[in-house]
Amino acid sequence: MNKYPVYIQAAASIHPENPLENNAFSAKEPDYKEWIKDAGLRRRMSRIVKMGVTAGLQCLHLQNTKVDAIITATGLGCLSDTEKFLKSISEQNEELLSPTPFIQSTFNTIGGQIALLTGNKSYNMTYVHRAFSFETALLDAMLMLQAGDAENVLVGAVDELTPTVFGILERMGTFRKFFAGEGSSFFLLSRNKTDNTIAEIIDIDIFSGSFSEQEILAKQTDFLKNSKAENADVFSDKIYKQNCGEFHTASAFGLYYACKQSDKNEKILVTNSFLNNHTSILIDKF
Amino acid sequence: MDQLKQELKEALIKSLNLEDVTAADIVDEEPLFGDGLGLDSIDALEIILILERSYGIRLAKPEEAKEIFFSINTLADYISKNRKK
Repeated sequence: MNKYPVYIQAAASIHPENPLENNAFSAKEPDYKEWIKDAGLRRRMSRIVKMGVTAGLQCLHLQNTKVDAIITATGLGCLSDTEKFLKSISEQNEELLSPTPFIQSTFNTIGGQIALLTGNKSYNMTYVHRAFSFETALLDAMLMLQAGDAENVLVGAVDELTPTVFGILERMGTFRKFFAGEGSSFFLLSRNKTDNTIAEIIDIDIFSGSFSEQEILAKQTDFLKNSKAENADVFSDKIYKQNCGEFHTASAFGLYYACKQSDKNEKILVTNSFLNNHTSILIDKF
Repeated sequence: MDQLKQELKEALIKSLNLEDVTAADIVDEEPLFGDGLGLDSIDALEIILILERSYGIRLAKPEEAKEIFFSINTLADYISKNRKK
């Protein structure tokens, strides 16, 4: 039995806003100097770190609330730093390696930097579960809030597209349904409802396997039925991936998109399918 | 020597990803660490790599690093006396 509900208090996103270029969407990035003021810190951050940290800070700034946990998600992590580091290993014959790309290439860099910049010493976790990364992070946040272990939690996801990964994933057929994309979306979740509350997160569903479209639809219908939300509006990935493109944590943008696009009081099901991984997030939009 | 100093400044800007800094902004005699250019211990590691990769210099006595890395002048002076390439 859940002791508390889970509300979305604020949402921020850095996502593609420009037209498609070379079959891929690129995130429209803000002036990072406004958000990460320390030049010494900023110069060591790669694009994905700046994108994730800034979206997280923007989200916190909207409500100016102290959070009890920072939970981040990423499908593939800090790719450009990883690529730089691996390239230097190869080119330098495994000797004289620069420390910075290695330090910044770890998956938890974004959550760690948000904590450092805000002086937050609470629970800090990063989930790297490919297409389930965001939902797993969201689930962790929900469990903390529902059990009463936290009052406010920052949760978000970020993935970047690099030319190398674009080439590899394209050859694997990842972008057959949608163009490649990237982005960072963060949410401030709370167990308390206020005048600013955007929505309540009711439930999450995660499943994987090779299913037909009809089978996926049947599973989503069952999920809605079990949640007594048969009349929910469906924001499928066919809708929001036209804006953000395909990437492992695109569903975080899907949730952001549902929060911003719908101006009605209604239940919304945000669905996502990345290869054989399928997720649904049910919210009650206020 | 002036060419070496220019080369060093450009290498620092590139390796340390110094935003909005040009070679002309780095004053030869000003401290690189702390108050001057504001570099820190991770940057010191990057400078050690520049010395080894570009000039074939391996610092034999790490305790001398503070003196050698003080400014562009001290760094250029040390390189010119110890470079192997």
